This record gives sequence, C-alpha cells and structure tokens, in this order.
Amino acid sequence: MKYLHLIWAALFRRKTRTILTLLSIIMAFLLFGLLDAVRVSFAEAGQSANGAERLQTGAKLSFIQPLPKSLQQRIAQVPGVKDVAHANWFGGAYQDPHNQIFTFAVSDNYLDVYPEVEVDPAERKAFDATADGVLVGDILMKKYNWKIGDRLPLQSQIFPNKEGSKNWNFQIVGTMKSKDNKAFQSQMIVLHWKTFDETTPYNRGSVGWYVTRVDDVNESDRIAKAIDAISANSDHETKTQTEQAATRNWIKQMADIGLIVTSIMGAVFFTLVLLTGNTMMQAVRERTNELAVLKTIGFSSRKVLGMVLAESVLLLLLGGLVGLALVSLIGAALPAMSGGMINGAHVGAKSWGLGVALAVVIGVVVGAVPAIRAMRLNIVDALAGR
Amino acid sequence: MANLVEIRNVSKVYERGKQKVEVLHHIELDIAKGDFLALMGPSGSGKTTLLNLIGGLDSPTDGSISVGGERIDRLGEGALAKWRSEHVGFIFQFYNLLPMLSAQKNVELPLLLTNLSAAQRRKNASIALQLVGLAERAAHKPTELSGGQQQRVAIARAIVSDPDLLVCDEPTGDLDRQSAEDVLGLLQTLNREHGKTIIMVTHDPKAAEYASHTLHLDKGTLVEQQGLRAEG
Repeated sequence: MKYLHLIWAALFRRKTRTILTLLSIIMAFLLFGLLDAVRVSFAEAGQSANGAERLQTGAKLSFIQPLPKSLQQRIAQVPGVKDVAHANWFGGAYQDPHNQIFTFAVSDNYLDVYPEVEVDPAERKAFDATADGVLVGDILMKKYNWKIGDRLPLQSQIFPNKEGSKNWNFQIVGTMKSKDNKAFQSQMIVLHWKTFDETTPYNRGSVGWYVTRVDDVNESDRIAKAIDAISANSDHETKTQTEQAATRNWIKQMADIGLIVTSIMGAVFFTLVLLTGNTMMQAVRERTNELAVLKTIGFSSRKVLGMVLAESVLLLLLGGLVGLALVSLIGAALPAMSGGMINGAHVGAKSWGLGVALAVVIGVVVGAVPAIRAMRLNIVDALAGR
Repeated sequence: MANLVEIRNVSKVYERGKQKVEVLHHIELDIAKGDFLALMGPSGSGKTTLLNLIGGLDSPTDGSISVGGERIDRLGEGALAKWRSEHVGFIFQFYNLLPMLSAQKNVELPLLLTNLSAAQRRKNASIALQLVGLAERAAHKPTELSGGQQQRVAIARAIVSDPDLLVCDEPTGDLDRQSAEDVLGLLQTLNREHGKTIIMVTHDPKAAEYASHTLHLDKGTLVEQQGLRAEG
C-alpha cells in the first residue's frame, strides 16, 4: 500500500493519454456488462417457479407448423395435467412494420396457466366479453401511452382478416401486470384465439402451441412423454418440453446468443489488449530514466516489475469497475431499449466477479512485457540514455 | 582515518558489439571515511564508470571493491540494491527527480524501502528538506523549482536515509555559477559538519576546489593524486 501513491502518480503522469485509455476500458467493460446481462437474461428465460410447472407442446418438425385444436382435449386427459391452454403467433406491428410487438392469439383459459400475470377482475371480465378486446402488458401501455378504451390498430405480417387486409383493429380492455415485470406478458399483447380463428382464412381451427400446467413438477418428464405419445406416428407429431427449454430452443432458432456475445467480447477484449498494451509500453519507455533512478536508489528489479504490473492492473481495474457500475446504472433503462426482450441489465455477483477477474488478467497480460523490460533495465545504460 | 572505500586492481571492460573497450585499467584506490574527493579528467577517461562501481551501480570485470568493509563486487543484484538503499546517496547532473511527485514525496522515496511509518517518513523528509533550505517548497513539483532548487531537493533525497557515502556525478554541470556555489557549499557542509564521505565527478576546477582531495583519471588510469594512495 505504501507504493500506491507512486503507482497512481506514474499512472496519471500523462493525464490525457491515461484518461483516453480509461475511456476505452470503460466502454469495453460497459459492453461486457450489457452483453453479459443479455446472455443471462436469455439464459434465465422461463426459469421462474411457475415456469417449472408448465410444459410447452409444439410441432416436432418446426415450431411454425400448426397443431390441431382437437389435441387440447386429449392432452387434458393425461393424468397429472392441471390445465391446458393454447396460443398462436399473430405478429403485430404498430404504426411501422419494423415496430414489432409480441402479440399472441390465446385460448380463453390462457391466463389461468400463468398465475404470475395479474389482471384486474373487472378487466378480465371485459376481455372475456369483448370479441375484439385485447389485454396489453403494462410496460407497453406506458411506452406507447395507451389507455383502456383506446382503439389499437395492429398489422399482422402473416394473417389477413376477412377482407384480405393485414390491418386489424382491436380495443384495449385491460392491462397485464406482473411482479417486478419479470413475466414476458408485461411486454406483450393477447387477443382472443376465437376471434382470430374466425377472422382469418389462414388458420382454420389450428393452434400454434399448447401450454400445459402440471400438478407435480416431478412428473413433468412422464407427462411430456405421454403428451407426445398422443400424436406419435401422425402427421402432426409433437415435441413437449419445459417452458425453460422451449424458450431456450426458440431463442436458439433466432440466434446463438452465447456465441454472439462471446465473439463480440473476444473482439473487444483483443482490441483492448492491443490498445492498453501499447499504452503501457509507451508509458514505461518514457519513464526509462525514472525507473533507473528508482533502481539506483535501491528499488530491486522485482519491486520495479511489481510496480509496473500493479500500474497496469490498476488501470484495468479502474476502467472495469467504472464500466460495470455504469451497466448497473443504465440497467433499468434496458427493458425499454430492448423493446421488452431483456428484463433489465442486472450485474450480479457472478458478472462482477468475472469482470474483476478479466480486468486483473488483462492487466497482467498487457503489463507483463513492459514490466519485464523495466525489471531488466540496466541502470548505467538507462541513466546514460542508451 | 580508516578507509571507507578500498579498490584493488579494478578493471572494467565494456563490450560494444564484437569490440571490447577497457574503460578502467587496474585501479588501486583507498578513500578515507569522511573524505571529500573530486574526480577529474577528460571525457571518456572513466570517471563516471569508477563512480558507478563505487556506488554499486555496476560491477568490475576484475578486482575487488570494499565499501565500509563489505565486498560489494561479490553481491548479487538484489543484495546490491539493498546495500545501495542503506549506504549510498546519489546526486546526478540532471537532478533526476520524479516529475509527477512533489519535492516532499521525491525526498521520501528512499524511505519507502525502510520500515518507517508514513508519519516518520514525512518527518524525516521534512528535516532533510529543511537541511537543504527548501522546507517551504516541499509541496512544489520539480517543474515549479529552479535548477539549483531541484538539485538541492536531489541532495535532500540523497541524505534522507543517512547514508555513509554520497556519490555525485557532475552535480553542478547544469547550474549557473551562483546555484553551483550554493550546491557545493551544501556538499561541503554535509562533509564537514555531518561527516559524509563524498566522491564527486566534475569537469570544473572551481568545483573541485571545494573538495579536500582531487584525483585525475586519464584513459582509465589514475594519473595524479593529492594525499591519497593511487596506483594505476
């Protein structure tokens, strides 16, 4: 600790250069924190306690292949099944085709299998009674400043209505909320499957997937196999899995988030190593004379090596900690920025630990070469400017 | 008076590529404790090399060097660094202060290698700065001080750990006449009143007048001495 002021002074010897380097490190760790939050958010999708009680059944061939509506009754008869609901992908765009909002056409009992989703009883009643009514997640209500009673024009990219137009018109009759906005429904819209099925000529009594709530989570595996056995050897074979696994597979079909995050971070940190490595080399080269003076006074070569390494690690730690702290600060804004895809960027203990470890490792890596140079410095040559 | 430095048959050869350059030839020299010795000679005569060997910054190719009864030519790199921190103070022509530290912190540097507390380090550094007449400039950075003041801070840094020996390489080479006289007067005081043994390399005969003895080197050989045993 007694050398800290010396290391600190050496670090800020060239203030502008150090601050610019620090900014690069902060940006790299900010990116690391945000991407790690994205990765964790996707990895944790469907991991709620209620999610463990739910199974999702989709077509085995592809999740876009529809299943017959008649399957609902047969799934309900499987021992251990508490309730079965179904849903279809609607794909609603608001105002702009690029402004996609997750919109599902759902069965009347859909909300019964999602007890974590809260809907005011009067609004639920209004939804049940209104054929063109929709329930909207509270995050979306706030984002678009919608109110109950508003008409909501949505454009489906797939399904036309009776007139052949893809422009649909709904009425907002209620809001879906959930504790800590953890449920996906806080950021989506649900409409009546019946209305959807009767309006579009494309559906004709089929459903996209089934959601089954089971009595005992320990029986999930057996129930999943029993559900899939119903359609075995038919033209609509099914694949039933836990909500978590289904969500993960669905995300994987969109993109391998882990690979993308790792690849981006690899490129960012590789650039960071080159940048800070160059800064450290320059910093030590400029201080050859000063390091020689320290050795003259009696600082051992090992001590000089340690000081240069400590300087490099301190630089990385400073930038890393500020970057991660910034992620925590802006984390709250991420759900809105991601259109509800990510439930907040929470920098957990694991991410902090990983970030600090990365900072230390990169600090040692980029400091190693200049530190060894400083250690091997010949006092007489350095003082003579050779 | 007992000898502080005893140099026996010391030679120093530098290798410049494939070429070998013998900078010092079989030097024999004793320096008494409490002496103030001026080393003079033309450029390339080996003055700084001899000073570096006595100060433990370099090792001889042949021969032995004892300082305070310790064979420093036998010490390893780490032990030699520790020995320097305890026994030698260095003063350079261009002061060699750390520009990002205040005068006070520059003077405290050698004390970081001791077990003294932070408060004790501050106190000792303040005393050293007081001794060189710069107590009121303690908070100033080197760039805020004149050349003479910077050299006095360097002297404070050299004496703060109370070493037996001060080695000075052209300490007035970068100073105007008045500042040079101030610095030389200070060195003389340290020698006469505090008993420091001083070895000073200089080109300036006026600076050498402050020393009690002058020794001349030419082409790596001691050629003249006053009051000292020197065989080259």
